[in-house]
Amino acid sequence: MPDTPQETRIRCTVNGRAVQFHAHPMARLLDVLREELKLTGTKDGCGEGECGACSIEFNGELVNSCLIPALHAEGTTIRTIEGVADGERLHAVQEAFIACGGAQCGICTPGMILAAVNLVERNPRPNEAEIREGLAGNLCRCTGYIKIFDAIVHACQKTGSNQ
Amino acid sequence: MEHRYIGRPVPRKEGREKVTGRARYVGDLTFPGMLFGATVRSPVARGRLRQIHFEGDIPWNEFTIVTAKDIPCKNCTALIQEDQPCLAADFVNHPEEPVVLLAHADKYLLEEARRAVRLEIEPLPAILTIEDSLARKQVIWGEDNLFKSFHVDKGDVDRAWASADFIVEGEYSTGAQEQVYIEPQGMIATANPRDGVTVWGSLQCPYYIHKALGVLFGFPKEKVRVIQMETGGGFGGKEEYPSMIACHTALLAWKSGRPVKIVYDRAEDMVATTKRHPSRTHHRTAVTRDGKLRAMDIEFILDGGAYLTLSPVVLSRGTIHAAGPYFCRNVRIRSSAVATNTPPHGAFRGFGAPQSVFALERHLDQVAKAVGLAPDELRRRNFVREGETLAIGQVIRQKVDMAHMMKRAFELSDYYAKRRRFAEENLRRRVKKGIGFSAFLHGAGFTGSGEDYLASVVGVEATPDGHVRVLAASTEMGQGTNTIFTQIAADALALDYDQVEIVQPDTAKVPNSGPTVASRTSMIVGKLVESAALGLKQTLVGAGFLKEGYMPAEFAEACRRYIKKFGPLRSTSQYSPLPGVHWDDEKYQGDAYGAYAWAVYVAEVSLDTLTYETRVEDFVAVQEVGRVIHPVLAAGQIEGGVAQGIGYALYENVVWQEGRMVNCQMTNYIIPTAMDVPPIRVYFEEMPYDGGPAGAKGLGELPLDGTAPAIVNAIENATGANITCIPVTPEVLMEALESALA
Repeated sequence: MPDTPQETRIRCTVNGRAVQFHAHPMARLLDVLREELKLTGTKDGCGEGECGACSIEFNGELVNSCLIPALHAEGTTIRTIEGVADGERLHAVQEAFIACGGAQCGICTPGMILAAVNLVERNPRPNEAEIREGLAGNLCRCTGYIKIFDAIVHACQKTGSNQ
Repeated sequence: MEHRYIGRPVPRKEGREKVTGRARYVGDLTFPGMLFGATVRSPVARGRLRQIHFEGDIPWNEFTIVTAKDIPCKNCTALIQEDQPCLAADFVNHPEEPVVLLAHADKYLLEEARRAVRLEIEPLPAILTIEDSLARKQVIWGEDNLFKSFHVDKGDVDRAWASADFIVEGEYSTGAQEQVYIEPQGMIATANPRDGVTVWGSLQCPYYIHKALGVLFGFPKEKVRVIQMETGGGFGGKEEYPSMIACHTALLAWKSGRPVKIVYDRAEDMVATTKRHPSRTHHRTAVTRDGKLRAMDIEFILDGGAYLTLSPVVLSRGTIHAAGPYFCRNVRIRSSAVATNTPPHGAFRGFGAPQSVFALERHLDQVAKAVGLAPDELRRRNFVREGETLAIGQVIRQKVDMAHMMKRAFELSDYYAKRRRFAEENLRRRVKKGIGFSAFLHGAGFTGSGEDYLASVVGVEATPDGHVRVLAASTEMGQGTNTIFTQIAADALALDYDQVEIVQPDTAKVPNSGPTVASRTSMIVGKLVESAALGLKQTLVGAGFLKEGYMPAEFAEACRRYIKKFGPLRSTSQYSPLPGVHWDDEKYQGDAYGAYAWAVYVAEVSLDTLTYETRVEDFVAVQEVGRVIHPVLAAGQIEGGVAQGIGYALYENVVWQEGRMVNCQMTNYIIPTAMDVPPIRVYFEEMPYDGGPAGAKGLGELPLDGTAPAIVNAIENATGANITCIPVTPEVLMEALESALA
């Protein structure tokens, strides 16, 4: 994209890789990730920070990328769903989502998995209330959340037994 | 047939793509030279379109602009009838009706342009309620505002009133409900005179769109192609409206000569697309002193919105389910779907049944109260049994034991003990607790002779390396089509799970296995997958390339040899009417469905009499769905459906103003979050059904029918308030409790 007067150069680290792009300072980070960086795993569900389909980790914090202006990404470290697996080796949470039926239509899944990964990395043994709270910003219309709760418990048990 | 996969929780077929973010939805696709499309919509409910003004500081010459005049053949979005225009030409009949389409490469400029189009409309008086439509204050559709009416007459209701010990009346209503699939609707189209039209999109029913595009362009079948991308939830909401968006993107692509993409934002999706029909149901019931139902007189009305769309079929399912799983000699049901100047209401999981089941299951609690029986005892005395008939005259031939399911659900939920304990504790507590239940059935497959008319086809083909590809138009939208078809085909052919592939639904490649709706995919289409797969095996065995008891490697060798000698190896299977199952369209009587799923749901609630907040604390769902093909997917369907039912009962309130949804955001249209769902405890009874693959019946819609009435019955148990409408928002609860005190 040409460097028009309205656009600014932004440098950050995405999924462990240094990237730079040009964007309007107020462009949504969500659009930049999807359109400039072709990271389409981050989804656009509502555009107002309610559904969490666009959840990413932003300097280690779980955020809705639809609410973040691109300019704020300067100098930050970002993780999207594409950065959760280690190559072809899935994260324990991803494995558990498959094993427990935590993903149905899959559209909330990338954001939900980032929320879950963010939770278990902060708190490797969350209780039920903590799991519910950790996912409170991510809406799922398919599962009724029950299998997602199961997946997180399962992932924590699995990680625990590996330690 | 040995089952290595059926009945087991194999991993979801496309699970890996979904958990890694690699699954491709329509929003993730970009074509070279692609334009973005936008829709200019009516700001009023009803009026005469005078003129379209293109205003503002917009470079209009850069835009592709489409109005009704640009439509190549017929201005309609064809479905059951051709009454709904693709773009309004002279009149608008509901708010947000599409009038003008715009396309441009810059989506930000496009949005500015959309706002700069001014529609000059002379307003006409609008019909906004069921009552005004029935009273024909304005005639806005046909001669009488009625899209469709049904009459069910069993026995002689009028003679039953005189001998009744009690006559109980009640009126119940349900609100609209938005599907809120998390992926908003979207399509991409290419179109030119040489190749015709191709669309890629988020959709449930490829062949519905195929038909609509053919009518719009006047194209033969081979010049229209519809491809389903990964679909982020549907729940019925992507049954009919995707045809509209496909038509719009195709028109823009046709005029511009470039690929065009339209993806709705959440507000447009909520305000413009279909929702569950609002309903009003009146019950008048004659019952004896010992609790036997003598007569059920039911009037069931749906608000269909401005065009016919699917309303007749929604009405039909709602009508047939209105008398529930009970035996009564005298039943009269009069039902109608009426026109109003709101966006058309449409398919949503349950398809008319959640509305009529809500009314019935609330009403039977009132009947029990009038007779002086416990609500479970009243139902126990009236459950339909084998050999008895439902309201539409269908004789129940399969095994059914509702009383047993109720007993099991009560044990699992500790129903009796809790009912006693809550009654005592509620006397001294601000937060009241209650427990309630519902009993219901849901027919699987198209209603009446629908499956006979559809005559669905499935293909199974083998590759030279022994892989088997399932060819069907049935879509995966989260419910598990890919996984279940793989299990069925792998078991029918004694292959490994990974040897079966599901072909992406594409009308140029897959036969028409019918729409992905009506709890029909596992039972009806799955049976066709099974028989097509068995046909393929018979071909190989018959040709002498394979012997029963083979290993997967031997199957591959047989395929290789067969294909080398004879060419493509493919087997198809077409639906044929089930023996002994007959439906009479004229009389509206007979076997409405090949099979029913049966269920008893128990809900426990707590409600705060200071804040009027209601919470569902526990939920037990017991159902009989035939053989369970995949225990995790099946439980996931029930849990997700119960969560949607909780939203329907308590939170999901579409606020209308002049026929338009005003709370068209996730901020103010509230669906259940991870904080709101109770433990949802799911139990299956399994009675194999011969008409389904390995004995399976349909189950996807079932949980929407019984969840809301179980919750509202629990609210009545907690408070004594007879609430007759949903959603039970805090405002509704406050009013009900205050009037109960007054």
